[in-house]
Amino acid sequence: MTQHREVVIVGSGPAGLTAAIYTARANLSPVVIEGEPSSTSDQPGGQLMLTTEIENFPGFIDGIMGPELMSNFRSQAERFGANYHTAKVTKIDLSGRPFKIWTSDSKSDEPDYLAESVIVSTGARSLMLDLEDEVRLIGHGLSTCATCDGFFFRDLDIAVVGGGDSAMEEAIFLTKFAKSVTIIHRRKELRASKIMQDRAFANSKIRFQWNSVVTELHGESQLEGVTVTDTVTNQETRLDFSGLFVAIGHVPNTDVFVGQLEMDQNGYIVTRDGTHTNIDGVFACGDAQDHVYRQAITAAGSGCMAAIDVERWLEAKHHPAS
Amino acid sequence: MAKIAELNDFNFENSIKESELPLLVDFWAEWCGPCKMIAPILEEISSEREGKIQIAKLNVDTALAAARRYEVMSIPTLILFKDGKPIRRIVGAKSKSSLLRELDPDLS
Repeated sequence: MTQHREVVIVGSGPAGLTAAIYTARANLSPVVIEGEPSSTSDQPGGQLMLTTEIENFPGFIDGIMGPELMSNFRSQAERFGANYHTAKVTKIDLSGRPFKIWTSDSKSDEPDYLAESVIVSTGARSLMLDLEDEVRLIGHGLSTCATCDGFFFRDLDIAVVGGGDSAMEEAIFLTKFAKSVTIIHRRKELRASKIMQDRAFANSKIRFQWNSVVTELHGESQLEGVTVTDTVTNQETRLDFSGLFVAIGHVPNTDVFVGQLEMDQNGYIVTRDGTHTNIDGVFACGDAQDHVYRQAITAAGSGCMAAIDVERWLEAKHHPAS
Repeated sequence: MAKIAELNDFNFENSIKESELPLLVDFWAEWCGPCKMIAPILEEISSEREGKIQIAKLNVDTALAAARRYEVMSIPTLILFKDGKPIRRIVGAKSKSSLLRELDPDLS
């Protein structure tokens, strides 16, 4: 059965749920298509669902757990009448009005939603290494979720690939379990923030493998090691690890909008005048359109902006100034 | 509704051997976000497939030996046992429809 809505929000991280709180309070009865369970960050609640303590979200003096924060966002929007649909958008047609959105069978003639306006808050997911054997070894030593799997690497030697804040955070978290954590980074300096760098350097269990990229994974039924190639000398070295965690950056979850919404070369949606996209009535917020700040608080802020932009846009459409 | 049993290191082997229905074991822990997300889905499957499948949970915090024995290194992991033998393994949280797509062929 097709539902007709004033506002459909696609994505349920801090951006989407903040947009839900604001549009619900404005009596626009939003539906949030929140995604599907997965062990990657492309899931209901978004990237914060795979984190532990959030120390820099304003208002929480002692910090708060990522999943708990998202659960609070969700309940807060629900309190004002937001609805949730646990599914992924399989197809969207922004070429006519109202916009058409499919969540199940994308070949069906009948869309699941007709929407006057759409807020895109689909976020970003972690990049993988794109190596042969990678898919086969996920769950067998290669992990996409440090908080889920760190526990299984007690007293083992493991590695984290990446040089940014999320790599440092994962490495520090993993030292609670592992015997040693080697950070493999393609340059010889980190791009992580000063505070995270200081914490990583001060941690006696953390080692660094500089100027190195992982070029091969080894192990039959379980990861046994990796080959790293030196980015300066091209020399290959085999290193033995029981676990490998990948934190090398992000890619926006915008595939379903390709060819319809204007994007930059990396797939991030281009916004102008606040959260407007190239299609009138479609707004974008959060990491789907931001590769610069990428914080929970900036995503939430842009979600609020999208909600206000939608509200004004709908108001102007329903009551055009004469 | 079919009850979801709690397994531990002591009753695990007997439970998988003695189960008359295919037994799906959910390896989970309190601190695992994706595990919490699939818990309600498993309850739904347990009642919708009543008589075809038995579902049980194993907390890896308290039953690490069983998890190690079946080489569980990532949670949630679901292992389907039939006649005491593991016949299917699903790693990572999935939607209900994709879980059923993987499980249904093994349920008669």
